[in-house]
Amino acid sequence: MGVPAVEVQQVSKHFRLNSERHSSLKDRIIHPGRSTYSDLTALHDVDFTVGAGETVGIIGRNGSGKSTLLKCICGVLQPTSGRILVRGSLAALLELGAGFQIELSGRDNIYLNGSMLGLSRREVDRAFDAIVEFSELGQFIDTQVKFYSSGMYVRLGFAIAVNVDPDVLVIDEVLAVGDEQFQAKCLDRIRAFQEEGRTILFVSHNADQIRAICDRAVVLDGGLMLTDASPGEAVRVFRESLGGVPAADELGAPNRQERAVRNVEILGVDVVGGARVHTGDALHLRVGLRTKEPVAAGLVLEIHKLNGELLVRTDPDDARSRVEIPGGESVVTVDVDSFDVLDGAYQVNVGIVGPHGTAIYDWLECATSIEVTYEGRAAGTLAMVPTVAVEPRPWY
Amino acid sequence: MIETPTASPPGRRPPEQRDVRVVSARSSLTHRFTELWRTRELLLYLTRSDVKVKYKNSALGLLWSMVSPLMQLGIFWLVFGFILKNGYPHFVVFLFAGLIAWNFFSGALNTSTGIIVERAGIVKKVSFPREILALSTVGAQIFYFSMQAVAMAVILVALRSSPDWGVVWLLVPAIAALLVLASGFSVLLSALNVKFRDMRHLIEVAMQLWFWLTPIVYPYEKLAPHLRGLSWLYLANPMTPIVLTFQRVLYPHQAVPSTNYPPNLPKTLPVLPTWSLGTYAELDCIILGAGVLLMVVSVWVFGRLEGNFAEEL
Repeated sequence: MGVPAVEVQQVSKHFRLNSERHSSLKDRIIHPGRSTYSDLTALHDVDFTVGAGETVGIIGRNGSGKSTLLKCICGVLQPTSGRILVRGSLAALLELGAGFQIELSGRDNIYLNGSMLGLSRREVDRAFDAIVEFSELGQFIDTQVKFYSSGMYVRLGFAIAVNVDPDVLVIDEVLAVGDEQFQAKCLDRIRAFQEEGRTILFVSHNADQIRAICDRAVVLDGGLMLTDASPGEAVRVFRESLGGVPAADELGAPNRQERAVRNVEILGVDVVGGARVHTGDALHLRVGLRTKEPVAAGLVLEIHKLNGELLVRTDPDDARSRVEIPGGESVVTVDVDSFDVLDGAYQVNVGIVGPHGTAIYDWLECATSIEVTYEGRAAGTLAMVPTVAVEPRPWY
Repeated sequence: MIETPTASPPGRRPPEQRDVRVVSARSSLTHRFTELWRTRELLLYLTRSDVKVKYKNSALGLLWSMVSPLMQLGIFWLVFGFILKNGYPHFVVFLFAGLIAWNFFSGALNTSTGIIVERAGIVKKVSFPREILALSTVGAQIFYFSMQAVAMAVILVALRSSPDWGVVWLLVPAIAALLVLASGFSVLLSALNVKFRDMRHLIEVAMQLWFWLTPIVYPYEKLAPHLRGLSWLYLANPMTPIVLTFQRVLYPHQAVPSTNYPPNLPKTLPVLPTWSLGTYAELDCIILGAGVLLMVVSVWVFGRLEGNFAEEL
């Protein structure tokens, strides 16, 4: 792991929630002793270390303390107790374009924002062209920022942040914005950062992104750190925290509803005939279930490579994926006619979900793994044998 | 696809040698001041954007920063010099000498008090020494001060009134004191206003009172005989010696012959105290010292309150 780049040491953060704000002098004088606040613990004794060059994900549902933790790491908030050490320069993408002065031109804002992120004038001068190019703003760079579209706005924000040459980059769900092409560009940029040996802290809801990008992930729930583990394991814990044991603080309606209908439990998954298959073989899975009462559900199959890259997530609303699960214990069989992937080891996640993906009844991360052997000489992921023929005639 | 440099970009130090930044509940005072010094360039940018934004999209642009103080000057001159006929020659010069210093001070305090609340967006999202925001309002006032100084020069030339060139150096300690004092108050008030939102309204009222407690539209010597034993209290107003110094340099008359003398009025009018130059300089330096002390206290208070900014905003 080498030298730690970010050390979070027993960090706790309490917020005072004022039930009635006494923020004027009059109120303070009239109610000197009365304190009408309740304490909210946003972070409780969170402790982990990120080594230089590592990419660590932070996952958790809304209100789990992710953003508070990031703000503490960036220095926007100060922890109530504990401390955080950051080695080297840090750039944060908490909100793209935060700190833009909309009345000023893009050019002025690059200098203003750059210096807010800790760059000197000369450093901004050097990075200027790269920023303009990355942001794809072209001639609009001299237009006032208030006339920018929201896409142009976030592109400029991202371009500045990634071009400031930070040692540590903190990203808070900003990849959710922008069009697909720009997202891909951002991901490329993040990969380039990783290869340069920079440290990245990455917050996301998106389990696929966490698996695809991160070396490790930290799961937060209700201000507690549930785990600090490999991405696959962390995602499993995260999914469990969503549908499983009720967390300390009760949250939004979707979760509560999800828990109410949840009477499904995946007991286990196995591959009929063993986990070793050949390319193109049929695949038969058996999923053991226990339910309290009969329920109509859809089955989701997620297959990803060990590095986190997702091959497929099946559609649970497809008629062929829907099942009426009887009460009690049952075994669901899943048949794939031919599993057309080349050799490698693949992880399988299995989920039982409600109609239209509204609720996850149960989810089993890394339910089983499949090892595919292949004797041919094709390379890549997908097994595909084209049939080739020839016909003598002119081109067009 | 983005190009991936194989070697580390120049200027990146190996991890072992990088500076370590600590985020914890408290940060030391020296740490705060070094951080402020380190980010001085940001102060320049924020100041510049403050000034730019204020007059963006207005036809007269930066000229407005001259128009409003000149308007104020005109009104005071109309009331005291013309309607009330107080009899001071070139009274407009006397007025402007005091106003130019006062405008700097009141402008800085009035805008800085609300600045943290106004800029909540950045305060909650970007990490930088927040004092910079308060200081940038002082920076903007330096700019407006220079604009008014140009106007002042034009008036002096037009009226063929000459400052006392021999004592112009007195402006150095006076301006330094003004700058430090305004910065100290700005940092303090901007932080207090986050916790006590009335601060802003309080300051607006207090500045009006403070204005009349400072010898700007009336000469010090007009009031001095009535103060009796309380003149020390009057001089405890840090703005008084600063304003007096500005007047001493730009309106260099201890007493002037009255321009309107009805038989019942004296023919000469007192203006400034008969202090030696040393006294002026000494008073300014005392205020400068007090200002530095205030600045240290303000940054300390700011540091104590800063932890709650993101929550209170």
